[in-house]
Amino acid sequence: MIEVENLTKRYGRTTAVDGVSFRVQKGEILGFLGPNGAGKTTTMRILTCYLPPTEGTARVAGYDVFEAPLEVKKRVGYIPETPPLYPDMAVDDFLDFCAKIKGLPAASRQGKIDEAVGKTKIGDVRGKLIGRLSKGYRQRVGLAQAILANPDVLILDEPTAGLDPKQIIETRELIKSLGGDHTIVLSTHILPEVSMTCGRVVIINKGKVVAEDTPANLTRRLRGAGALRVDVRGDAAAAAEAVRAVAGVVAVRSRSESSEATTLEVEAEAGRDVRAQIARAVVGHGLDLLALQQVGMSLY
Amino acid sequence: MTALRNVGAIVEKEWRHYFGSPIAYVALMVWTLLFGIFFYFAFSLFLRQSMMAAQQMEFGGGPKMSLNEWLIRPVMHNMAVVALFVAPMLTMRLFAEEKRQGTIELLATAPITDLQIVLGKFLAAVGLYGLMILAGLLNLALVWHYASTPPEWKPVVSGALALLLFGSCFLALGVFVSTLTRNQIVAGILSFCLFLGVWTLGWADDPSAGPMMKALAYLGVTTHMEDLVKGVVDLKDVVFYLSFIVFGLFLAHQSVQSQRWRA
Repeated sequence: MIEVENLTKRYGRTTAVDGVSFRVQKGEILGFLGPNGAGKTTTMRILTCYLPPTEGTARVAGYDVFEAPLEVKKRVGYIPETPPLYPDMAVDDFLDFCAKIKGLPAASRQGKIDEAVGKTKIGDVRGKLIGRLSKGYRQRVGLAQAILANPDVLILDEPTAGLDPKQIIETRELIKSLGGDHTIVLSTHILPEVSMTCGRVVIINKGKVVAEDTPANLTRRLRGAGALRVDVRGDAAAAAEAVRAVAGVVAVRSRSESSEATTLEVEAEAGRDVRAQIARAVVGHGLDLLALQQVGMSLY
Repeated sequence: MTALRNVGAIVEKEWRHYFGSPIAYVALMVWTLLFGIFFYFAFSLFLRQSMMAAQQMEFGGGPKMSLNEWLIRPVMHNMAVVALFVAPMLTMRLFAEEKRQGTIELLATAPITDLQIVLGKFLAAVGLYGLMILAGLLNLALVWHYASTPPEWKPVVSGALALLLFGSCFLALGVFVSTLTRNQIVAGILSFCLFLGVWTLGWADDPSAGPMMKALAYLGVTTHMEDLVKGVVDLKDVVFYLSFIVFGLFLAHQSVQSQRWRA
């Protein structure tokens, strides 16, 4: 559905996207993972024909974003990072305007609006001005706008940013339910989000693709190299010493020290699970083990 | 067909903004208020002058005064000055606000062309401005109602056309200026200065002026109003205004397109 080949975008001297290539199959949900400024938004803007690429090609549903932008735009629903909304318009009026510029025929317009409103659960704010809505509702109005024309491809730039935990879960559920019918590309910098919603992940850093895999495989790889957080009560120096002696531990940093407890950050060898050994070592030295937690799930 | 519908959707949306905010009401109020004031003063002057003329008539002198010449024409000229002030109000937010709010991304990723966006925004402004002119013309209805010999209606129509064309030139330029910045105040001030500059070009019209000055004067938007307000519809004036508008919209379209490359 989406074919990106050797895509490059330069702004003056800075290169925002550097030779990115990936493909997305029909019905797939692709996660776009990377730190802020990695080039996620720029790539998405090229896919939605908002920006022209400097080099390389991107095709959506067989149409080149540069050669046939109108055909691409007809097939793509997009929410930028901050949903583009008119605060002085009511939700219904806004969706009606969006339906018109997306070229929905008059006969089916109201039906499509009702459908999008139902899917995004914004029925109770339809008559309200967008400017008076909470952040969560605005995000959902943005999503309603994106799915309005029932596009083949949905491009969502950080769809859960700024939402409360309950809204995040609801949004993820919604995105998952949209997969299958729609091909979805979503960007995020939260790894669990990808593993929960996406079938495949492209990790991008400094404009380059650094990894591409299923979330399960990526998590496995990361877990090996991950850090452990160990909370210990007792002599801080002795605890650090005991943990360092465990086979497979590469480094130990003592992070916060109070009279109550010490937090140790432990780095282990890749692919080796040392949790049990650490627990035994701490307790064996007569110290209290308060917590043992994996913190290597995030990329940075 | 789709092009027309897209332009229509943009016009409708802009009208929602105009009438959902104080802009439309303030513009309409300022315009009709000033129209009324100018109309009142021109009318009082006309009454005084015609009284004097009537006295002179008894001694066998003085022509009959025309309402068109003494009342309607000066009001039209004054309203052209008001248009200079009101036009930036109508155009300054058109693109600047979309850029500030980030909603330009919504328009730019929808299956509509940049030209349709520019045209829609321009026509929305022209529509509101046309409504203002019509509201002002209501004053003149009084003249028809009360005057023993009503004025000619053709110069009124051509005068209104002159105001519409003249103001639309400003609106087209204003749309262009609004694409240049994300700050509507900056857009408003820049537009006003630009309009004033184009206005003053007309002052170069002087019988003793050289060919350079004559050419500059020709570009002045006021120069082409005279005949229209008098009731003489000359194709060359209409063509001048239309080409001015097309030029303004061309600049706006180029500016919108080029920003994608620079962004």
